[in-house]
Amino acid sequence: MDALEQIILKVRAAGRKALVPFLVAGYPTAAKFREALMDAAKYADAIEIGIPFSDPLADGPVIQAASAKALAGGVTLEGTFKALSELEVAKMPPLLFMLSINQVLAGGGAKFPARCASAGVAGLIVPDLPHEEAGEMRAACKKAGIALVAMIAPTTSDARAKAILKEAEGFVYLISVAGVTGARGEYSRETVDYLRKIRAMTDKPLCVGFGISGPKHVKQLRQEVDGFIVGSALVRELESGKAVSDMLDRLRSACDSERG
Amino acid sequence: MSTATITHRYGPYGGQYVPETLMANLIELEEAFVAAVEDKAFLAEHHDALSHFVGRPTPLYHAQRLSEAWGGQVYLKREDLTHTGAHKINNAVGQALIAKRMGKRRIVAETGAGQHGVATAAACARLGLDCIVYMGALDCERQQPNVQRMKLFGAKVAACEAGTRNLKIAINEAIRDWVANPRETYYLLGSAVGPAPYPAIVRHFQSIIGSEAREQYQTHFPKKLPDAVIACVGGGSNAIGIFAGFLEDTKVKLYGVEAGGDGKEGHTSCTLADGRPGVLHGSFSYLLQNNDGQITGTHSIAPGLDYPGVGPEHSALKDSGRVKYEIVHDDEALTAFSELSRLEGILPALESSHALAFAKRLLKKSPGQKLIVNLSGRGDKDMPTLIARGLV
Ligand SMILES: Cc1ncc(COP(=O)(O)O)c(C=O)c1O
Repeated sequence: MDALEQIILKVRAAGRKALVPFLVAGYPTAAKFREALMDAAKYADAIEIGIPFSDPLADGPVIQAASAKALAGGVTLEGTFKALSELEVAKMPPLLFMLSINQVLAGGGAKFPARCASAGVAGLIVPDLPHEEAGEMRAACKKAGIALVAMIAPTTSDARAKAILKEAEGFVYLISVAGVTGARGEYSRETVDYLRKIRAMTDKPLCVGFGISGPKHVKQLRQEVDGFIVGSALVRELESGKAVSDMLDRLRSACDSERG
Repeated sequence: MSTATITHRYGPYGGQYVPETLMANLIELEEAFVAAVEDKAFLAEHHDALSHFVGRPTPLYHAQRLSEAWGGQVYLKREDLTHTGAHKINNAVGQALIAKRMGKRRIVAETGAGQHGVATAAACARLGLDCIVYMGALDCERQQPNVQRMKLFGAKVAACEAGTRNLKIAINEAIRDWVANPRETYYLLGSAVGPAPYPAIVRHFQSIIGSEAREQYQTHFPKKLPDAVIACVGGGSNAIGIFAGFLEDTKVKLYGVEAGGDGKEGHTSCTLADGRPGVLHGSFSYLLQNNDGQITGTHSIAPGLDYPGVGPEHSALKDSGRVKYEIVHDDEALTAFSELSRLEGILPALESSHALAFAKRLLKKSPGQKLIVNLSGRGDKDMPTLIARGLV
């Protein structure tokens, strides 16, 4: 069992929910990203770091704009590795990189997971690498001792979901709704039913993302999953000049309280 | 039908690199396509549309005055004479019929030159389907006549203001729309790019260009074949369409022509010449990118060629050497445009003018050859650029 899975199972055993904040590397600036990362480490069970890509396909307007700004500010994959090397990563919650398959290929392809492992990165989320294409990368991640986090969407058929779950490591990323990233209102009955259906298929840790923006979502979905990924809502906090602590503090309480 | 087995990989190239949300759509599309091309009723409906709506077969025209001027024999495959004015209609009509069969009533498409947008808008109007076309804001400006035509067909045109404001951005936006509305939406992709099964589907619907051209050539010259076949390459749909008729004729040289832009560094669209394999828009193929894996900006006077990626089959054809990929700059394309206009009374699209310019170069080097050039579209849409360049 990898580090990521262990942590989330421990949270589950304690009757809590995992909190996984998402930050865009280099956003709003290199220095403020570092600050946000240190802040997030105080509240998070794991942290997702999005490495900005010029042509993201699954991102909504908020993360797109943040990525474009970070790229204009000079963020790179190499730069992000360097920034991590200046932090005490071992003392932080597990870090995950979220990036496109083209960035993985540019960063070394099959050699990339080993580079991540030696930088202290515990897992990869590659949204444009679906199950069918992931064989080689999954093997390379396994060899390097990091998790390649699988994704399941509301449109995923039951047969595919089973095949995906069978190979899943770390946690499984459940995309809440068919759509791009971005904050949303309440989730529909359809979302709840879909999460429940996947829950019934597996004991592996499940985290839900896309549109989670506050305690109300944690409350609504806490019966169905093990953890919550919070992206666009945090990016918006940073956009408006705030620190991430206030929002994460509220989310942490919601994740830890039994009733949410 | 032989192409009904769907190719996912062309050597190492191709694949399906899309968000999980879209995988169900790709699987559904592949099944629907295979079922359609094995269904006699579909084939009859498609054939009827090609004959009476698109206007096929298009002529293979011997450009006599141009041939004299350039010192060889130039035959033009007249895709400019199809309804809506470019080869794009072959694919748009075919895929729109598939969408209708699948019960999808909302069509999204991207467009660069606007030809694929116009073709899709027309095909949707004819079938009563809703149509939304994403187009880079820069392309909306330089292909203004096509924006108006799409609107007249009842399509909604969404101008994309982000980043490079061209075809790449339009594809990003169209795919994001599809991710957000996967169940009701059909993504009608306009070139031989994207995740499987698109490159195979687009090739299937464009390969009629090559099969007609080969047969027509042999009515001029029984049992003979041309020395070379030339096509411009943006995403590569008109090129793969005409090459498909000649790939197995190993004596026929095949040339794909990429846009060299104004020749300045970073101002080109020579994906196969200057790129390195990577993943853009769902498939692994040659790609213009920097060391960090970010896609770089492109330039071409021809919006349909102004794209940092290329269809995966072209990447394999480059590696195997079966097709040679060449570069033509903006100025040479404009010269070829003028010469065809004045010598033959045909206004070619700026995209097609790149293929013509290479034919001229080839004949200068080795005169007397018999060439087929795919005249992929007509140039009416390019009026704003031609005026800006002082040609009128
Ligand atoms: C007339 C014409 N030719 C060529 C192209 C390039 O596309 P492809 O390479 O897919 O044929 C376009 C695209 O917009 C076009 O409009």
